[in-house]
Amino acid sequence: MKFAIIQFPGSNCDQDCYHALANVFGQPTRYVWHKETSLGDVDCVVVPGGFSYGDYLRTGAIARFSPAMKAVADHAKAGGLVIGICNGFQILCEAHLLPGALIRNRSLKFICEHVELRVETTDSPFTNACKKGRVLRIPIAHGEGCYFAEPAVIKQLQQEDRVLVRYVNNPNGSVDNIAGICNEGRNVFGLMPHPERASEKILGSEDGRFIFKSILRSAVAA
Amino acid sequence: MKAKIIVMPKKTVLDPQGKTVKHALESIHFKGIKDVRIGKFMEIELEGGDKTALQKKMDEACHKLLSNPVIEDYTFEIQ
Repeated sequence: MKFAIIQFPGSNCDQDCYHALANVFGQPTRYVWHKETSLGDVDCVVVPGGFSYGDYLRTGAIARFSPAMKAVADHAKAGGLVIGICNGFQILCEAHLLPGALIRNRSLKFICEHVELRVETTDSPFTNACKKGRVLRIPIAHGEGCYFAEPAVIKQLQQEDRVLVRYVNNPNGSVDNIAGICNEGRNVFGLMPHPERASEKILGSEDGRFIFKSILRSAVAA
Repeated sequence: MKAKIIVMPKKTVLDPQGKTVKHALESIHFKGIKDVRIGKFMEIELEGGDKTALQKKMDEACHKLLSNPVIEDYTFEIQ
């Protein structure tokens, strides 16, 4: 399966994602600089974590207007897979590829720790290798990870089974304990936790592999 | 001309900064503080003198980039 990782000025989890995909999972993976207008031949796009454009104005607000993001939107529209991790989730929300927004953590603190996530549905290309209700231990590292959307949007997400992962113990004040959601087409996924930082035993947890395994499995199914 | 823009978190959105500042004001004995909300103030220098056209342009800028309508409201004036 071919992966592309978007690099913005200020991305800092791009190489972690590359390592997980290319070295741990042995998949053909390449970087796409934010100024590129085409993604090339790619099955899954990763919008990685970091502080794109210094998080100026709002997290993800500037990055969403990058030429590469136009290509990501086209890729998503055509049914291609997109996963946004941490800052990537914030960018996908700003780009309206996912509903809602990520705001300052309720505690106002930057939180960097392993958290427990419950897999709420296996009906997605990002969680199909998990068991429903399975708890994954994956780290978070963010100051603005509090998911917010209007009650009508939350209700829609619940009704359409689009909350893929929830926090077991809500660390940041996210509405409905939401840690990750997908779009209506179920091909775009955004989550605050970092599965790429939990893909090898040496990192303290391998639970992040379930997310990448799911993506690879969905390719086989397709 | 100059646009002065105020972007505020929506009433329905949690504002932990505002809450913390409210507590800080109370802790240094400012009484009667009902609520504090913290937003952003921006000044943009503009070319051209057609106020109606500039107003339209700024409205679009606020909607598209300067605020996020999911979590923020904006107001602006052009002087």
